[in-house]
Amino acid sequence: MSDTKTEQNTQPAVQTTGHAWDGDLQEFNNPLPRWWLWSFYATVVFAVVYWIVYPSWPVGGTWLKGVASATVTVDDQQKTVDWNTRSMLLEDLQSGPEAVRQRKYLEQVAAADFAQIQKDPQMLAFARSAGKQLFSDNCAACHGAGGQGVIGLFPNLADDDWLWGGTYQDIQYTLTHGRKGYMPAFKTVLSAQQLDEVARYVLTLSGEAQPSDASERGKAIFQGNVGGCFMCHGTDGKGIKSMGSANLSDKVWTIVDEPGAGDEQAKLGVVKTAIANGVWDSRNMPAWLGRLSDADIKLLTVYVHQLGGGQ
Amino acid sequence: MSSAEPQLYQQRIPIHPRSVQGRFRKLKYAVLALAYGVYFLLPWLRWQRPVGVHQAVLFDIPGRRFYLFDLVVQAQDIFWLAGLLMIAALLLFFVTGIAGRVWCGYFCFQTLWTDVFMLIEHAIQGERPARLRLAKQPWDGEKIRKMAATWAAWFAVSLLTALTFTLYWADAPTLLGEMFAGSAPFAAYATTLLLTCTTFVMAGLAREQVCTYMCPYARFQSAMFDSDTLIVAYDARRGEGRAKIATGDRTREERRAQGHGDCIDCGYCVQVCPVGIDIRKGLQMQCISCALCIDACDTIMDKLGWPRGLIRYTSDQALAGRKTRLLKPKTFGYGAALAAAIGLLAWSVGTRASFDATVEQVRQPLFVQLSDGRLQNSYEIKLNAKTMAPGRLRIGVEGLPGAELDLQGLSDTVALAPEQRLRLLVKLKAPAGAEGKRRDFDFVITPVEGLGEAPVRRPAAFYFKE
Repeated sequence: MSDTKTEQNTQPAVQTTGHAWDGDLQEFNNPLPRWWLWSFYATVVFAVVYWIVYPSWPVGGTWLKGVASATVTVDDQQKTVDWNTRSMLLEDLQSGPEAVRQRKYLEQVAAADFAQIQKDPQMLAFARSAGKQLFSDNCAACHGAGGQGVIGLFPNLADDDWLWGGTYQDIQYTLTHGRKGYMPAFKTVLSAQQLDEVARYVLTLSGEAQPSDASERGKAIFQGNVGGCFMCHGTDGKGIKSMGSANLSDKVWTIVDEPGAGDEQAKLGVVKTAIANGVWDSRNMPAWLGRLSDADIKLLTVYVHQLGGGQ
Repeated sequence: MSSAEPQLYQQRIPIHPRSVQGRFRKLKYAVLALAYGVYFLLPWLRWQRPVGVHQAVLFDIPGRRFYLFDLVVQAQDIFWLAGLLMIAALLLFFVTGIAGRVWCGYFCFQTLWTDVFMLIEHAIQGERPARLRLAKQPWDGEKIRKMAATWAAWFAVSLLTALTFTLYWADAPTLLGEMFAGSAPFAAYATTLLLTCTTFVMAGLAREQVCTYMCPYARFQSAMFDSDTLIVAYDARRGEGRAKIATGDRTREERRAQGHGDCIDCGYCVQVCPVGIDIRKGLQMQCISCALCIDACDTIMDKLGWPRGLIRYTSDQALAGRKTRLLKPKTFGYGAALAAAIGLLAWSVGTRASFDATVEQVRQPLFVQLSDGRLQNSYEIKLNAKTMAPGRLRIGVEGLPGAELDLQGLSDTVALAPEQRLRLLVKLKAPAGAEGKRRDFDFVITPVEGLGEAPVRRPAAFYFKE
C-alpha cells in the first residue's frame, strides 16, 4: 500500500485542515465555489423572510402567524384570515376550477328532466360519479356499497325488482318521502297446516313444483278470506306498488333467502317463517327531504335507477 | 498552500475569450442560427386541426394533451416520453463514445446562450484586451455605460428566451396578448420571470461554472470515453518543445535543428477558450469540446504556412501513432440499444389505436338475481376517443350464449365526440343454471364510423355463483 501514492499526495497543492491523524492522515480543505457559498447564504435569507411572511415557529400553545393573509370565499362569504393551507384548500374545494366545473354539471343535471338525462351518456356518467359519493355517504350503510342490500332487512337495489316502483318518479318519491314496509304475522291466524299449504302455494307462484292438492288448498287460503293474502299481494301474486307488497311470482326473494336455502324442505321452511312472522318494523326507509338537496336526491335517483335496471 | 489563510470560497477567475474565425466557428454559428430559428419561431407556426388548438407545437398541461404537428399525445401515451428520454440518453452515450462531448460543444443550450451573450459583450465592450482593461477600470462613466448596455441587452435576450418558452404551453398569440394585458395566468408570469433570471445568471454570469460545477456530464464523461474516442487534443509530439518565434528560429527546419516543436506558444488557443483551460495540458474535465482552439491554432498555422492540425480532433490512439477504431464493442452495444429504442418508439407511435377501451366488472354485488330467473352482471366500460374526428362504436358481446346486453335506453352504438372520454354502465343478463361458477367472454367494441378499423376485444367474466 505504501507505494500507491497519488499525485495529490506527493504534491500537496490542496489546502488541508491542518490536523494530522495517525501521523500522516490529513483532511483536504477544498474551498467551495463562490456561487455555491452565495447560494447557501441566499437560502438562509430566504428562510428568514419565510419565517416573517408565513406561519412558522411554534410559540407556547400557539404559533407565529406570519404577516401574510389570505382572502377566501367560503359559502359565499368573503373573509380575510392569516395565511394557512387549510383555508386555501377550502377555497379550492368550493371555488377552485374543478369545483366550478362540477357545479356546472350539477346545474345541468338539476335543470334537465329524467328523459334528457337518460339519453345523455355524459350526464349519466356524471350522475354515476356524483351519485356514488352521495350513495356511499348516505345509503350504503343499509343498502351496501353496491346497493346489494341485506335479505330480510334492506331491499336489493341492484336487481330489477322494485317494491315501490322502479320508474324515476317512483324512486325520487321513495327517496324524498321514505317508505315503511309492513306485513302482518299469520302465526296466530293460520294453523300450522294452513301455513304449510299457503307456503306451498306461494312457492308454486314462482315456479317451484309442489304437491297439487296441498297447493290448491293453499290457493284457497291465499285468495280467500281465511288468509286474505290477495288483498295486498293481488290475486295474481304480483304485488301492488302503492302498498310496497312483494311480487311473489318472480324469482327475486327479498324477505327470506329462498334461493340460498338448500333442499325443498328448507325452502318451504323459510317461506313459512316469513308468513308466520310477517314483517314488523324492519323495512323503514327514512325520508331524505330536508336532509339532502333536491339536486342531490335527483342525482341519487339517477344513480339508483341505473344500478340494477330501473323501469 | 497549507500554511496560507483558509479561504471560504474559491474565487472565480473571470474569463474573457478572444473571438476567432474558422471552420468550427462557422459550424457553431450555423447550429446556433438553426437552434434559435427553431426555438423562437416554432410557437408561432400555425397548424390546422379539426378540433383543439391550431398551433403546431403546444404542450397543453391543463388539457392533458401534447400537440406535435399531426400527432396528439394524450396523457395515457406519456410512456412515449420515457421512450424519448431513453433515446436521448442512449444517443448521448452513443455519440459521446465515438466523438466525445459533441452535445456540449455544439448543441447544449448553455453553450448556445453563452455564445450569444459573448457576442453581445464583444459588440458593446470590444475585443478581449478592451474587455480586460474595462474589467480592471474603476467604475467611471464609460464602464457604467458599457456595463449597463451589456446587461440591458443580456436582459432583453433573457426575457425573449423566457417568454418564448412560456408560449409553448398555451396558444401563443393569445397568451402573449394576455401577458401584456396583465390577464395571463400566474404560472405564465412566474415561468417567464424565473427563466429570465436563470438565463441571465447562467449565460451571463455563471457561464463555464455551470459546465464545470453544476452539470454532472463533466464528471462522468470519463466513464464514456475510451482511447478511441474523438477528443480535441494538442499534438504534443509535434508541438513540443514550444518556443516563441525568434530570429533564427523561424522556419520549421530551423526549429527542428534547435529542438523546438511547431507550437510557437502564442497563447491564442488559451485566449479563445470559453472555459479558460490550456488544451496543451491534455484532456481536462472542463473541456466542452467546442473546438474553438482548433480554429485558433489553424489560423496561426495558416499564417505561418505550416500544416494545420497541431490542435485537432483526434484520439488517444491516434496520438500514440495507432489507428482509431470506430467500430468497437461500445459502438455496437449502444448502437443496437439505440436502434431498438428508436424502433420501438416509432412502432408504438405508428400503430397507436384510434380509441381506448377498458372494461371493469362491478364487483359489489358480483351478480344479482333477476325477477325472470336470469342473472345479471354489471360492467363499467371506459371509452376514450383519441382521434380528431367524431365516431361511433358498437358494443357487443362474444362467447356468452344467451346473454342479453342492456345499455339501459342507450343504443348499442355509442357516439363519441372528438377526443371524448366516456364511462358507460352496461348490464349483461344471462340464464342461470349454467355450469361452473364463472364464464369468460369478450366485450367486442367495433368502430362503426371513424375511429379506425380494428375492433377492440376486452376480456371479462360473467359470474353465476359466488
